[in-house]
Amino acid sequence: MSDITKLSLNELIQNIRNKKLSSTEITNSFIERSEKSKKLNTYVTDNFSSALEAAKIFDEKPNMDLKLPGIPIAVKDLFCTNGVRTTAGSNILNNFIPPYESTVTQSMWDEGAILLGKLNCDEFAMGSSNETSFFGNVQNPIGENLVPGGSSGGSSAALAANLTPVTIGTDTGGSIRQPASFTGTVGLKPTYGSCSRYGIVAFASSLDQAGPMSQNVKDAALLLEVISKFDNKDSTSIVFKRNKYSSELTNNIKGLKIGIPNEYRVEGMPKEIEDLWKKGIEIIKDCGAEIVDISLPTTKYALPTYYIVAPAEASSNLARYDGVKYGFRSEGENLIDMYEKTRSEGFGEEVKRRILIGTYVLSSGYYDAYYLKAQKVRQLIKKDFDNVYNNVDAILTPSTPSSAFKIGEKTDDPVSMYLNDIFTVPVNLAGLPGISIPAGIDNKGFPLGLQIIGKPFDEQTILNIAYSMEEKINFKNNITDWWM
Amino acid sequence: MTIDLKTVKHISKLARISTDEKKANKLANDLNSIFKFIEALNELDTEKVEPLTSVADTKLRLREDKFEANNIRDKILKNSPDENKDYFVVPKVVE
Repeated sequence: MSDITKLSLNELIQNIRNKKLSSTEITNSFIERSEKSKKLNTYVTDNFSSALEAAKIFDEKPNMDLKLPGIPIAVKDLFCTNGVRTTAGSNILNNFIPPYESTVTQSMWDEGAILLGKLNCDEFAMGSSNETSFFGNVQNPIGENLVPGGSSGGSSAALAANLTPVTIGTDTGGSIRQPASFTGTVGLKPTYGSCSRYGIVAFASSLDQAGPMSQNVKDAALLLEVISKFDNKDSTSIVFKRNKYSSELTNNIKGLKIGIPNEYRVEGMPKEIEDLWKKGIEIIKDCGAEIVDISLPTTKYALPTYYIVAPAEASSNLARYDGVKYGFRSEGENLIDMYEKTRSEGFGEEVKRRILIGTYVLSSGYYDAYYLKAQKVRQLIKKDFDNVYNNVDAILTPSTPSSAFKIGEKTDDPVSMYLNDIFTVPVNLAGLPGISIPAGIDNKGFPLGLQIIGKPFDEQTILNIAYSMEEKINFKNNITDWWM
Repeated sequence: MTIDLKTVKHISKLARISTDEKKANKLANDLNSIFKFIEALNELDTEKVEPLTSVADTKLRLREDKFEANNIRDKILKNSPDENKDYFVVPKVVE
């Protein structure tokens, strides 16, 4: 088979199960292609030789009952992997080797998957273009010098370039869905509490969720089925009846009501995105679902709320990086001096900016005006969604207000960078599931995504809607291997 | 409101991040543009709204107080930045 790396996850599994391909052959193919794709800068740390050993062991005694039998998978470098360096894209964790495994990755290995390597991301997942990584920019395989989105930019690029059959990212304000949209791939952020946060380097604990990124909706459903589990080790993990997302996947969405929120028609949105959205609405109607106009009046307050809540939580979470027990240390004259130098040299500019915003909004005299205010507005944002979900089953919006932009285009203006997440952030604040699917291209030929937002714990419905739309959209990524 | 140089230096101190003059100026500019954007929240009357602290409607679970970790003491110590055998090393704290 010549194009093993182009096969979807489900196709690879089928080939392994009927013994047309071995895990070793598959793993080798992805390694070879990854070796030839260094220019994309997707890997921070590879695990190639261990992966080959694991593949060999799998092939000697293959267990075909597993859900991911012998499938090599690279993951975002925000998941702690036992014995394999985990950096979170930061200098401060440059030499950190976790002595334990994140629950989400462990679930994948338990189902037969093999760690291929750790993928680049924005530093501590703070960014929308993968430009804040200590390990450098990632190239979007769609075109040279384009950002792959962020923060799961190494993941989206590696997936779109066929360097891994699927991957997992994390999403705090859009970090799975926005890079998926920028690379013509599928990305799902599950309901808060679905996938364990244990062993994921923390950014903003009340918002962070891990989720699948894939070439198609069926692959996302299968990977979600593997990683969505109750976990005692995460105090915010929730017990609820999880579907068998892949076997229950259906393209019958007749009679569902899909909301179109008026407030997502933001000022200055390119016409092609408006058109893409209209196309999505027509497709939904074609599938036999009903379109309902809805209103989410607090939409425009979501980003300002996010830029209080997320930095506040980050400033607290990142207080642990002090140069004492692990990570980078800079020598100082005394203990305080050592802390200050370590954190100044160990963190990049965007991370420091957010720590300072967070420190400020939590500091004495400002807490009520900023942090408490933001938590109250967050309540209103959630109530908006609660209200509309009395009348609709899901919501359709664009994923992003633009397609992939040039490397360096937005690095000087933090606010313009933050606006990338305008359609994805409300979903995190309300704790809802959301999926981005590729839906078309703009006049530059770059992919554009549509987002489907669901009710809490109703991943199955958004997967079904995405699956039905995917069939009718029939999107094909146009990737030329220009980097080889 | 505006964030001045003095405030930037104060919060840098609180956050234990050393900041030189040039960087502090740039940070003050960045923070001001971000806070200008954040101030849109003041348009909303939230007097009677309860703050939302978590979207996960769960109570903290109690568990038995028992030892579960494998013996990973050495692996943990290995990650510490200074050479040591049995403990973490920091600069002298008490004279």
